Amino acid sequence: MKLIFSIARALLLARWRQTLVAAIGVAFSITMFVSLLGFMSGLNEMMDALFLNRTPHIRLYNEIKPAAVQPILMSPVYRSGYHFIHSIKATGSRQGIYNGMAILDALRRDDRVTGISSRIVMQAFFNEGTVDITATVNGIEERKETALFHFEDYIVAGDALMLEKMPNSIILGKVLAEDLLVHVGETVQLTTAEGERFPLKVVAIWQSGIRDFDKVQSFTSLGTAQKLLGKTANYITDIQLKIKDITAAPAMAREYNHLFRVSAQDVQTLNAEFETGSFIRSLISYAVGITLLTVSGFGIYNILNMLIYEKMDTIAILKASGFAGRDVRRIFISIAMSIGIAGGVTGLMAGFLFSLGIDQLPFRTTSLPTIKTYPVSYDPFIYFIGGIFSLASTYLAGWQPSRKASRIDPVVIIRGK
Amino acid sequence: MDDIILEARHINKYFHDPVDVKVLSDINFSINKGEFVTVTGKSGCGKSTMLYILSTMDTDYEGALFIDHVPMANKPEPELARVRNEKIGFVFQFHYLLSEFSVLHNVMLPGLKLAKYPAQEIEKHAMERLNMLDIGRLAYKKANQLSGGEKQRVAIARALINDPCIIMADEPTGNLDKKNSEIVFDIFRQLAGERKQTLLIVTHDQEFAARTDRIIKMEDGRIIK
Repeated sequence: MKLIFSIARALLLARWRQTLVAAIGVAFSITMFVSLLGFMSGLNEMMDALFLNRTPHIRLYNEIKPAAVQPILMSPVYRSGYHFIHSIKATGSRQGIYNGMAILDALRRDDRVTGISSRIVMQAFFNEGTVDITATVNGIEERKETALFHFEDYIVAGDALMLEKMPNSIILGKVLAEDLLVHVGETVQLTTAEGERFPLKVVAIWQSGIRDFDKVQSFTSLGTAQKLLGKTANYITDIQLKIKDITAAPAMAREYNHLFRVSAQDVQTLNAEFETGSFIRSLISYAVGITLLTVSGFGIYNILNMLIYEKMDTIAILKASGFAGRDVRRIFISIAMSIGIAGGVTGLMAGFLFSLGIDQLPFRTTSLPTIKTYPVSYDPFIYFIGGIFSLASTYLAGWQPSRKASRIDPVVIIRGK
Repeated sequence: MDDIILEARHINKYFHDPVDVKVLSDINFSINKGEFVTVTGKSGCGKSTMLYILSTMDTDYEGALFIDHVPMANKPEPELARVRNEKIGFVFQFHYLLSEFSVLHNVMLPGLKLAKYPAQEIEKHAMERLNMLDIGRLAYKKANQLSGGEKQRVAIARALINDPCIIMADEPTGNLDKKNSEIVFDIFRQLAGERKQTLLIVTHDQEFAARTDRIIKMEDGRIIK
């Protein structure tokens, strides 16, 4: 094998300019592949962060819906036969989770769960002069929301921590605050669904980046929300969970649904469309990358073909003096592969540098207050795939010319002289 | 008859393009160990074609070929390559040296391929052969810096590196001037005399042929003498 490499090296060096051009072709396409994919994945991750980071893996809540088991089914007399029931209505208008504290205790003991935060979700009216604006008030545990769902990242003014410290305080969505013409430190009037009126002090402004959310969302502490509804301290309407293995979410959701008799929604069901978007973006970047590599593959194909025409004599004498066809094939495959490896490694490094460059470009958007520069992913997987692709494409490009070289008949060459 | 090194039995060869032409018919002969044989004949009489069949490079023929008592028929290509590597040394009209390598490396290549000895030993052998052919001083030059006569001598050194059973040469002096032809001929003479090297040389140079042990004369694809 050492001999084969030394011959391959000599042939390569004999045509080092063309070899260099071919290697630069590979390097360029791998550079573009890696940086493009890094950029796309960065964007995907950012989009995911925009949505997924704020979304619990599993959400437990009480859905208002008709009971699955109607009373007639429970009567032994009517057990047989099929029941036609008309005009079923939803019952149990209670939104709070039954036995919420016990469920929380059970979840804390479940070691698949990495984080729990409870919420109260309610509807209320904000009064602005004669106009009432409908909005959702979320009673939250601020510290936990920040730890699990990056709540504070989306606070654009004021201090979210004041929510816990100051009773009767509220955080408003940015658009909602603009509609109400209030700023941090001012007071808004809120009317609950039950008709009670409360003055609440605005301590911070929240912006999610999704305008429709910003228009209708507001946050208070769990305690304030309970007070607004006139409920006791064990009243909660939502339990949000982060779990260790996100792929287990649908199964766990079904399990909790069964165990706690609550509705459970998993992140996959919620974000199915989001995944599709990410997938298509990745697909496009892969397609572009593969196109580039195919083009560079033709470059390698050309140089090898040229080399073979030029080195017919060498191939003939190698074969005459005892090199078998497969040895000749190996020589040319190693030429192709060394172009691939050299170009691939250079391309990966250049791609990394290019990604670093993109990472420095300023990128400010009002919808994403935490993002300052273009998002770029440095996922090792991208580099791994880039490396594999460079080797695979050069191997394929070298395959046919190498086979041709291995089939050269030395007699034809030697006779021709 | 134990010392037969190469034997051809009833070898026929056709060219198929554009029409079937019989170029060799019923070639029968054998070469003993240590013989210095030349094949002569007019150009187009099939002597080169015969040499390529005997060298195992051309496998498209009828009949049987034995090298060192081993039949060559139906051997796969890698095995034939190994036979050429181990048992046959080649000298062509053109030198076929690899211009990317030094003279020494060129001579070593078939030895490295055979890998019977470690590289250092092969280098020593190559140096011995270059010295024997009086071109030791050129060992570290690139092959394309040599004169025609020198190149041909390097090619002979290369043919000798694996101590082949037989050296085959196709018009080895065809590209050389009188003086260099003489040198090359003397080398062959010396190899046959001192090393008992078997030689099979195709040439149209009657003068050259006249000074060898045995002449095989060909005409129209047949051996006539």
